[in-house]
Amino acid sequence: MSRLESALADLRLADTLAARDTGLSRLDPRAKIVTTLAFLAAVVSYERHTVVALLPFLLYPVALVSMGEVPWRWLARKLALAAPFAVLMGIANPVLDRAPLEVAHGVTMAGGWISFGSILLRFALTVTAALAVVAGTGMHALCAGLAALGTPRVFTAQLLFLWRYAFVLGGEGARMATAREARGGRGSPTLAVYGSLAGHLLLRAFERAERIHRAMLARGFDGEIRPSRALRWSSRDTVFVVGWVAFFVAARAVYLPLLLGRLLTGLGG
Amino acid sequence: MNQQVVEAIGLSYAYPDGTTALDGASFRVAPGESVAIVGGNGAGKSTLLLMMAGLLEANAGEVRIGDVSVTPGSRDFVRRTIGFVFQDADDQLFMPTVKEDVAFGPLNFGVPAEEAASLAATALDVVGASHLAERPPYHLSGGEKRAVALAGVIAMGPSVLLLDEPTAGLDPAARRRLIKLLQAFEHTRIVATHDLDFVLDVCARVLVMEGGRIVADGAPDAVFRDEPLLARCHLEAPLRWQG
Ligand SMILES: Nc1ncnc2c1ncn2[C@@H]1O[C@H](COP(=O)(O)OP(=O)(O)OP(=O)(O)O)[C@@H](O)[C@H]1O
Ligand SMILES: [Mg+2]
Repeated sequence: MSRLESALADLRLADTLAARDTGLSRLDPRAKIVTTLAFLAAVVSYERHTVVALLPFLLYPVALVSMGEVPWRWLARKLALAAPFAVLMGIANPVLDRAPLEVAHGVTMAGGWISFGSILLRFALTVTAALAVVAGTGMHALCAGLAALGTPRVFTAQLLFLWRYAFVLGGEGARMATAREARGGRGSPTLAVYGSLAGHLLLRAFERAERIHRAMLARGFDGEIRPSRALRWSSRDTVFVVGWVAFFVAARAVYLPLLLGRLLTGLGG
Repeated sequence: MNQQVVEAIGLSYAYPDGTTALDGASFRVAPGESVAIVGGNGAGKSTLLLMMAGLLEANAGEVRIGDVSVTPGSRDFVRRTIGFVFQDADDQLFMPTVKEDVAFGPLNFGVPAEEAASLAATALDVVGASHLAERPPYHLSGGEKRAVALAGVIAMGPSVLLLDEPTAGLDPAARRRLIKLLQAFEHTRIVATHDLDFVLDVCARVLVMEGGRIVADGAPDAVFRDEPLLARCHLEAPLRWQG
């Protein structure tokens, strides 16, 4: 199996994981969406040099992962796949921002390195939470939840198709790569070959997408996403949302690490 | 099962790139009849089926189910009446588990989730794939995928089944199971295929297509004896008749 193909198969595993019966998958998709949005808002709202104050937020993705029994190795592979983007986004910081900042009593560091660390941490937090939610809900149920929350149909249907077509494009690409290798193509293709491959890939993916679209129409798909488990809001969902949002608000309002430190030193003294 | 006559009247179609795929095809299928459509590659079989399911609009001519004309306006009725099993099951399967995939059609018709799940379970039982219910469809074998795709269509309760090359890629045992299954169905069945032995087993009537037209229509036993016709249409007599 080519690298691309196995990476995609691996991503697809999210849907397979979501089919299991776990504490996370039993929650209403809407509860997970709302809570995760609140989580994202809280994490993003911090000033760019924040590192330590973000640490309490680790609790949420960790809780999702364990509730959803999401395999850590799978998660780590997905994070590693996306990590270069975060590094790319943040790498200019240490170069541009060299002003020293005091990180602990008597220890200073260039501000750029701290904001770089902050970007990486936020990236890890948000991507882990998002992956865990997908793996604990499934893309279809997630889109159904989004629609039930009032997201316009065009958007949710689009998202579902995007998810589906990503595998189509990847699958076609993998098949073409295999075919090229089978005919002795080696190394990276020349520009001309590359252009022709890319053109073919798009055409094939397009035709396949059209067939898929037809197959969905033939089975009565009209743009509305109907969940295969009826959305049912229970008291567990309320507890989940209220509990976590309260925690986010508290963590945002109070500098928890400091409070914890004071408590400890207070006790010690 | 509430069944109607299915009728194609002078269907013509050219793809946007100018390829003529159908050139005045007409025929009439009685309720409960099992009809094969055979013909060489590019004869227009798949295009014809798509048009009968209202998934492609004819340039000229019309498809009628009972006294309803297949148009965008009658789409809901057509979706409920006609079940389409696609040539490539991979195009059809996409939900995370088999049981959810089979329930997809009924859910789209507004059937409540629990009821859709039970319709799905029944349909899986009919095709003998109940044991696959919890599996992700994309990890199944070709034959299993075909069975699940068929279940997804059966679950919608259509009275007409359109099947595009249902035996392609099946091993002999899976092919035999499909034959048994289709023989037992009471649906109106229209099957595009290259498998003439399959036609002998499942269909009482065969239409031969060439260049977008129906060039022969009759009992398989008679039509498949016409060697010049078969040769012209890139076909060969059924294997069981050969040596
Ligand atoms: N999307 C398309 N765009 C352009 N031409 C097409 C398209 N699909 C099919 N055709 C052309 O239309 C004609 C009929 O194709 P069709 O797929 O209906 O044939 P078929 O009888 O199903 O063939 P096969 O046995 O190979 O499946 C062929 O000439 C084919 O090349
Ligand atoms: Mg075809």
